[in-house]
Amino acid sequence: MGRKILFITTDQQRYDTVGANGGTIARTPVVDKLAAEGIRYERCQPSSVVCMPSRASMLTGQFPTTHGAWMNGVALRVDAPSFAEELHDAGYATALIGKSHFEPFLDVFGRFAENSFAQLGIPTIEQPWFDGRMGPHRGFDHMEFATHGIARTLHYGKFITEEHPEYLTSFYPNLNMELNVNDMGGGDTGAVQAWSNDIPRELYHTDWIADRTINWLEQQNEDSDWFCWMSFPDPHHPWDPPKSEVGRIDWKDVPLPENYPESASERETLLDQKAAHWRLWYDGKLVSNYEAPKHWVPSSLTADQLREITALNAVEIELIDEAIGRVLKTIEAKGWTDDVDIVFTTDHGELGGDFGLLFKGAYHVDGLMRLPLIWKPAPSSNTSPAVVSAPVSLVSLAATFMQVAGLPTPEYVEAGPLPVDNDDAKQRNFDATITEWDSDLFGVSVHVRTALTNEFMLTRYQKGTVHDGSEGELYNLIDDPLQRVNLFNDPAYAAVQAKLDERLRSHEERPADRATPGIVVAPV
Amino acid sequence: MASIRQQIRIAADPDTVWDIIKVPESQPDWFPGIIKATYDPETRIRVITVSMGVDMPEEILTVDPTLRRFAYKITAPLYSFHYGIIDVIEIAPNDTLCIYSTTAEPEVLALLIGAGTMGALEKIKEIAEQKVKK
Repeated sequence: MGRKILFITTDQQRYDTVGANGGTIARTPVVDKLAAEGIRYERCQPSSVVCMPSRASMLTGQFPTTHGAWMNGVALRVDAPSFAEELHDAGYATALIGKSHFEPFLDVFGRFAENSFAQLGIPTIEQPWFDGRMGPHRGFDHMEFATHGIARTLHYGKFITEEHPEYLTSFYPNLNMELNVNDMGGGDTGAVQAWSNDIPRELYHTDWIADRTINWLEQQNEDSDWFCWMSFPDPHHPWDPPKSEVGRIDWKDVPLPENYPESASERETLLDQKAAHWRLWYDGKLVSNYEAPKHWVPSSLTADQLREITALNAVEIELIDEAIGRVLKTIEAKGWTDDVDIVFTTDHGELGGDFGLLFKGAYHVDGLMRLPLIWKPAPSSNTSPAVVSAPVSLVSLAATFMQVAGLPTPEYVEAGPLPVDNDDAKQRNFDATITEWDSDLFGVSVHVRTALTNEFMLTRYQKGTVHDGSEGELYNLIDDPLQRVNLFNDPAYAAVQAKLDERLRSHEERPADRATPGIVVAPV
Repeated sequence: MASIRQQIRIAADPDTVWDIIKVPESQPDWFPGIIKATYDPETRIRVITVSMGVDMPEEILTVDPTLRRFAYKITAPLYSFHYGIIDVIEIAPNDTLCIYSTTAEPEVLALLIGAGTMGALEKIKEIAEQKVKK
């Protein structure tokens, strides 16, 4: 019998929303306890700041320019590498319950397998694997899907449609009639994507995912090895938690984010230091990516709207924390606690009011790039609790899971297992991480690369619709933790910039067996 | 409004390719994800059923054997505009260019339909080249 693995992901969660990371609005005692007993990472970066490329990187251990799912709307090929295939081969029962998003949700012609399992009533299907054999889809022998709100092609949507149709219209309509991300306001302040949801808490997708995870765990034999990816769609917008829970946090008492200057002129001065698309978006002149509402103008965001969104976001985070607590009780009741590794993270962050902006896009700053990551190794492994300040990447997760299972690191992964402390990080050269952004949709293209160390963050813009390829941003993370002072091309930092440029260059030129970049078949 | 164009070269003569495309109710044979099509020549209305179970009405605008052009528009309520054209063009003997163009509003629908049309062209190529081999 080996170590079992519970992998918990949320969607679009900021680093500073977790109590253990200094968060003060949402109460997260369960995750905080995992952090106290395990390894808390202070600088975890995603490979991409949107869902599909980032999630594909978690699964494959590769950067988007290697696995080929380079933007939202590009499916990860079915025979891409997968740590779940390795675990399945090693005898693990493998499950993914919640949001997968390896394949587009908008799927008119039913091209993608993950949109068919719920209707077909099957837990998985046989597909080609990376090594040429056939096996369960992406290595998972049990999959149950959910996403934000109701998608009738997925298990949660089917559950609500068939068993609780009275709540079908309770959720915020995430897309409008144009199939663009909705800009409709709600809540008390008319805030974009804020909503009062009548659904009872026990039927909300957060609790449904915990229930389905508990159900799957209870079916496992006492001695079996298992891997379960429990993937919550929250606190990603829309911010529409069950109405019954909204009173937990009074938005009027919520402080404004540290990086939200209340003065419009101060916000504009900060934005003007950055590459052109920042200010263009803020002023409503260019929405460079699909993930932000097409018709919402960030400069229209009021302080009260931001308070309300922050409060609703925190409510969703509290519900997730409590749901995790229920699952951990099941693990304890099964007598597995000593042999279970628990990893908690998210796929990318949320701008959350920083610089007056919300949602996500080609904006490589901490709001989107600094992620909560906590790994509580199985107590039986005798790993000491630690805080790791070295930069690490979600790309390391695949190798980490294989290491926990006692498997060798395969050649296809592009990052080794997570370090267990700073000494380990130093010995294995965890000194920089890379985040990529590529998007090309409806005539607007943006291409960005960022290299980050503990001290500096360098972002380079490649040629695109509003960038000529010469733009960049360089921030001193020690002196300027909010990334407000752009030092790009400052002669005093020429050596730093050159060193990080070299990291970007070596990333671009890295030897890798790269998949043909996939085709954009949907916006998301 | 967004416009998507997909194209493919087919090792077959244009008449072979055109024969596959020209029959309105033949679409399920060569468009992945369309499982059923009915056509009323009186009204020139075709109704397709996609694998997600949704019916979409379409008006057939042009079936021109001289130009080898098939044009139609989806009239489902979600579309404020749609125009789909399949052109079959002779490049050389046994070498045909097939172009599938989609223009639609809302623009997201152009992307979704346009992505499906590439699969359709690949299937048309497969069928046409098999016919030539026979």
